[in-house]
Amino acid sequence: MLQMLIGTNIPFMQNRRYAYLLSAVMVVATATWLIMHGGPLLSVDFTGGSVLQIRTSRVLAADEVRRAIDAAGFRGVELQQMTGQNRDEFLLRFRTDNQEPFPIIQQALSTRFPGVTSELRRQETVGPKVGNELRHKAIWAVLWSLGGILLYVGIRYEFKFAFGAVVSLFHDVFVVLGFLCFTGREVSLTVVAALLTIAGYSINDTIVVFDRIRERSKALRKEKHSRAMDIAVNETLSRTVITALTVFLAALGLFIWGGEVLRDFSFAMLIGVCFGTYSSVYVASALALDIWIQLDRRKGIQAE
Amino acid sequence: MNRTDQWKLASVLLVTVIAVWYLLPSYQFYANYYDRTTQQLASVSPEKLADLRKKAIHLGLDLQGGMHLVLEVDRSKMNAAEGKDAVDRAMEVLRQRIDQFGVAEPLIQKEGEDRIVIQLPGLTERKRALDLIGKTALLEFKLVRTAEETRSVFDKLDGYLATHATATDTALRRTALSSHVLSMDFAAFVRSEDLPAVQQLLATPGLDSIIPGDAQLLWGNPDEASQGVTGRYLYVVKREPEMQGGSIATANAQIGLESTNPGSWGVSMKMTPSGRIDFARITGANIGRNLAIVLDGVISSAPTIRDRIPSGDASITGGSFNIETARDLAIVLRAGALPAPVHVVEERSVGPSLGSDSIQDGLMAGVIGTILVVVFMLVYYQLSGLIAVVAMVLNIFYLLACLAGLGATLTLPGIAGIVLTVGMSVDANVLIFERIREELRNQKSVRQAVQLGYDRAFRTIFDANMTTIISSVFLFQFGTGPIKGFAITMIIGLIANLFTAVFLTRMVFDFMLSRGKTETLSI
Repeated sequence: MLQMLIGTNIPFMQNRRYAYLLSAVMVVATATWLIMHGGPLLSVDFTGGSVLQIRTSRVLAADEVRRAIDAAGFRGVELQQMTGQNRDEFLLRFRTDNQEPFPIIQQALSTRFPGVTSELRRQETVGPKVGNELRHKAIWAVLWSLGGILLYVGIRYEFKFAFGAVVSLFHDVFVVLGFLCFTGREVSLTVVAALLTIAGYSINDTIVVFDRIRERSKALRKEKHSRAMDIAVNETLSRTVITALTVFLAALGLFIWGGEVLRDFSFAMLIGVCFGTYSSVYVASALALDIWIQLDRRKGIQAE
Repeated sequence: MNRTDQWKLASVLLVTVIAVWYLLPSYQFYANYYDRTTQQLASVSPEKLADLRKKAIHLGLDLQGGMHLVLEVDRSKMNAAEGKDAVDRAMEVLRQRIDQFGVAEPLIQKEGEDRIVIQLPGLTERKRALDLIGKTALLEFKLVRTAEETRSVFDKLDGYLATHATATDTALRRTALSSHVLSMDFAAFVRSEDLPAVQQLLATPGLDSIIPGDAQLLWGNPDEASQGVTGRYLYVVKREPEMQGGSIATANAQIGLESTNPGSWGVSMKMTPSGRIDFARITGANIGRNLAIVLDGVISSAPTIRDRIPSGDASITGGSFNIETARDLAIVLRAGALPAPVHVVEERSVGPSLGSDSIQDGLMAGVIGTILVVVFMLVYYQLSGLIAVVAMVLNIFYLLACLAGLGATLTLPGIAGIVLTVGMSVDANVLIFERIREELRNQKSVRQAVQLGYDRAFRTIFDANMTTIISSVFLFQFGTGPIKGFAITMIIGLIANLFTAVFLTRMVFDFMLSRGKTETLSI
């Protein structure tokens, strides 16, 4: 029988202050980034504008293409050359309302690079009004699902656990958002889908630990709270890590081979799974422990 | 095997048979579909193929290529009564246009108060479709003012502009409208380079009040030639149309309608019987004058009426018609005008080559992700891992069957959802197996350990799946097409997961244990 992380006795809770510090640093860094930049980078889904995916008949240098587009009179176009096998493809983002940019760009490219033909593979145009609506809808969808999970966890678990779980949920979504920001990725509809999936998933590992604490509460009553928490976390450590691992492997497949459209989505999932696992121990459980201790102190019990 | 076990086995078999039944058309369709694209002889008839297509899993536009449009019907110029069914009437007109354009299985749906969603799968001619759909196609016949009347209107405008023109632009030194006009008969010809100046002059505030109430200035086609110069005609017409497009019975693309330009395309129209009577009366009463054919506020031609025309034949020529644009205009005229202008507020077009690349990428990612997970499960849990893998494969199988049965659409994010389902569906078994191992370490018998493992892990699995389902439901609520596809695969996958990972694997374990080998468990 192949085993890992069995019979561990790691004093997780003893080090929770460091974890709080790490989480605080990440949350503050994300918040600072967001304040400095006035929010995350939003894709045209939310700002309105156009994305064009263009394939040229041979690989062109990005700065040359840039010059051709500038010469054609487009301002503020974001140009992104695709990587790997798709280096002959470019993504062009127009923030302004420009109904039909492709014919002009096609012309500009064939003038600057004689003999090169270009093909429009994808165009997404979102009007400013629709972009606004989608932004509102996305915000509400995130809030509603966080609220829904909060309600569910609140009904199923005691307050201290529910609180820890929900804080870790916000923590995970926020930190993933931070990683998207730091790596210069845009928040699009698909990324919002990933964030919501992370919200649903990040709580899974937390539930595993909490169920164990609840289950063993009688046996662990004599132990100190932090010790009880450590026992529960250690006993469930193998499954916490393995369940995260399987989802991580699946998401890794998507990230490497899933193509450009899904890259940001799977990136968010990968980060989300890692931090979901970390936070189930170091945010959810640790916070639950601190609240537990506080509640006891109020009741006059000196447990720790 | 006792009675309950038999029932369990029967239910699993039944579910699987139903799943096969729902998935069979998908298999048949896509097998034959790819035959078709590789130009091989397809073994099924077109009717059968169409039937299979309906029952097979629908591919989203991001996978098969095509166009997704959201149109907004502009009702700002209509009163409440007119606006009431404007969207429905617009949908009807658009449906006819799209049908005649020839797109297989278009989807035309009303969304909210004043929006129309149009999906055109497999469409490759994006620009053409946009022109066809976006055109209001309001056809009007308007009388052109005589040369003297036109002259007098221009004189009035010149007088007004001499005092009111806001000549902020230094290029605009000549404020008289006539000074920009190259030649003037019943229409004024403006050279292309003078167009911006003229347009700026016409935008002068208060100018509209100078034009007589029953008259109107309208432009002709862009880039027309007069005496070797390109430019555009500006007409003064009677505001009230003599006739409207409703009296058109049929319209067809035709070559050689203009005697001066026999190689050019145009659209010939035949009128309805009542339209023919009206047209004969109008032409009869206005011999010698010019009748403008106005399409969406632009005069396409303004021929001189030489005689009363009883036949009700009219044509639209000029501009830069080719066979395709003439054909499309004919379609639009036959289908009739939109009751109000429409604006494209959202467009998502995917070329067919990108669609099939996406399918390939998605499949590749799915297969490799699945292999990684399978290898891990087999190495780590051995025989039990194999059971979990079988359950996972069945999970995906049921998920696909549900997609086919519900008529849901598989999108690229949906494929991502399936891949994540692979990862998450074995999670339930990991929880159970780890629990069983733990019970075994606590010196429980195999039978007891399995029993306890399932019982104790179930609640955790249920809660964990529930939270993800909750967020997926809200995602479904908010999402657009591709995202909806993701949410639906996640929801179905997680529900099917409870059946396969808990119920089905339990059955297998119970079966194995009932055959007496209870000392050891390969886990």
